[in-house]
Amino acid sequence: MSAEVATPTGADAVASGERARRLTENIFRVRELGIVLALALLIAVTAILEPRFIEWDSLKDLLRNASLIAIMAVGQTLVLVTRNVDLSVSSVLGLAAFMTGDMLSGHGTPIGLVILLAIALGAACGLLNGLLVTFGRVPALVVTLGTLYAFRGLAFLWTDGRQINAETLPDSFLNLGTGTWLGIPSIAVIALIVVIAVGYFLRSYRSGREFYATGSNPAAARLAGIRIDRRVTIAFVVSGALAGLAGALFTARYGTVDATAGTGYEFQVIAAAVVGGVAITGGVGTVYGAAIGALLMGCITSSLIFLKVDSFWQQAAVGALLLVAIGFDRFIGLRLDAALRQRSARRAA
Amino acid sequence: MPPEAPAATADEARSGFQLPGLLSRWETLIVGLIVVVFIIGASLSDEFLTTATITTGTFDMIEVALMALPLALVVVAAEIDLSIASVLGLSSAVMAALWNAGLPLELIMPLCLVMGALCGAFNGILVTRFGLTSLAVTIGTLALFRGLAFVVIGDESVTDFPSEWTDRAFGTIADGWIPNVLVLFVALAIGFALLLHATPFGRNVFAIGANVEASRFSGMRVKRIKLTLFALSGTVAALAGIVISLRNSTAAANVGTGFELTTVAAVVLGGVSIFGGKGTIGGVVLALILLAGIQKALTLAEGVSSYWIQIVTGILLIGSVLGPNLVSRAREARAHTSRSRGSWPSPGVGLSNRPRKEEAE
Repeated sequence: MSAEVATPTGADAVASGERARRLTENIFRVRELGIVLALALLIAVTAILEPRFIEWDSLKDLLRNASLIAIMAVGQTLVLVTRNVDLSVSSVLGLAAFMTGDMLSGHGTPIGLVILLAIALGAACGLLNGLLVTFGRVPALVVTLGTLYAFRGLAFLWTDGRQINAETLPDSFLNLGTGTWLGIPSIAVIALIVVIAVGYFLRSYRSGREFYATGSNPAAARLAGIRIDRRVTIAFVVSGALAGLAGALFTARYGTVDATAGTGYEFQVIAAAVVGGVAITGGVGTVYGAAIGALLMGCITSSLIFLKVDSFWQQAAVGALLLVAIGFDRFIGLRLDAALRQRSARRAA
Repeated sequence: MPPEAPAATADEARSGFQLPGLLSRWETLIVGLIVVVFIIGASLSDEFLTTATITTGTFDMIEVALMALPLALVVVAAEIDLSIASVLGLSSAVMAALWNAGLPLELIMPLCLVMGALCGAFNGILVTRFGLTSLAVTIGTLALFRGLAFVVIGDESVTDFPSEWTDRAFGTIADGWIPNVLVLFVALAIGFALLLHATPFGRNVFAIGANVEASRFSGMRVKRIKLTLFALSGTVAALAGIVISLRNSTAAANVGTGFELTTVAAVVLGGVSIFGGKGTIGGVVLALILLAGIQKALTLAEGVSSYWIQIVTGILLIGSVLGPNLVSRAREARAHTSRSRGSWPSPGVGLSNRPRKEEAE
């Protein structure tokens, strides 16, 4: 996607830059179309074999299950686009989930305030990650692996073996996890708002495009005057904040929370983003793709249950899907390179 | 201590540390930390400085320790393998399934090792022949191999392995305090240390990690070497699967879940650069001793929550990279030189081995 951020001078160059931009955009639209098609195919096949699958109740369940991963995948996309990675999201979710449960059970704190605090807690964790990566110059993989352990350890210390149960939580809060707004599960509505807001920002704002520039070519981005440290830090803060939000929603959805909440989610979240076309090498991908990736992974799980396939196949299927997705990305990446090279050769001639 | 690493000495010289060689080495720092942990451990509990600590400490860490050795080589070559714990699980599951099918253990174990090598080679082929990023590939196979483990054996487990073999895995030499598996680990550690630090193959691994383009142009078989490393990683992970199954007398699909991150933590803490080109087996072995020591000290200590293990591990992990970075930045600021060495990770980059050139602006 480096063609998008380059600003060649001269009218001709601008026009050809515009054409190249349209080409890359079209190709990546094809990429998202591919995963939408895969999703549609999966739903169609499952529905034919087992019509109960497309009853609204089971679809609502599907949406609820995918929403938590989708919200975190949005934050992860931001981080991956800047050519970093955030493994700590699952531990941040655990911390935020327990804090939410702890504050709501018995203390009578207003629900809105608690959710805001969960987001703030997540943002603070993300800020720590971001500063260690940018100011401390520690690779993101090392930082977030470290905080994955440290935050989870804090969660264990804090809970001290306690567990939050659904009975102690206010009903209005639990409704957030299980209820619906206008017939659509409220968690899914929240996820949709997050996806659209972040997606619009990344697509249409100058500062949004700078995330892609940062990840495509950090050195060039810095020379172009982009404050890449600030972009990277913001990406981590957003990822942490969304993991915090997901933590609050986790408590609302499941009601039962202990220190192990969300263990192992980090790989699911990264997998969802990568399946959705976000490149782990930075600079490529959209939050819409990541969200559809989360939906596709959730859909595989529930369709296997509906088709009474041994649930043991589920994890293997997700792994295979991820490998196919990155193989496909590599393929269209090579095609795109070839097409762009051909274009510039033709222009030179 | 395992053999010294000539490669690291050269590396340290290049990275521009001005302190006298030995003092500035990461390994020396870990030895210092180990001493501190042992002093604290001894003051927290009378049981700490006993041979029993070594015996139980070995059993706590042995699988992670085995897998850390080949992973160190993979990371030195600027790749990563997150699928190791899943290969371990798959190996355990296959072992259980073949045992249920009536095969003798003497045949099952080599078959598991071959399967591990094939899993590793699968990763390696996807990375080298298809040009995919190893982080993404091995997150995929992390799910795939663990999934296959469940497909093979479901949620059953096998616990009726012959005591002849389980005793070997759980036993100690001459019924003393040295566990048999520790001997296995030491033998492998020496083997991998020789491979990395004393053979042309090892030199090539460092060269590939430092600059893959230059290595290719100087005629190294980059793809073949990386493929070999992934296959080695898979083989040893399968071996760890055999060890954990026999040691606990339980083979199941879910064993060792999450071990991949502990292993990566041990490798990074051992001073292996996540960008490749740098690291020693000796450092990794010391990091494993440190981690086992901390774990033991915290579990033996009265009144200290054992949950501190995770917090201490996390802080150490970040500190192991942050500390040297801050020192070098402070020194650079003082020296006011623009001479760049390109050996510190550039900001905001956590994954690829490309951006190290950026420092030279």
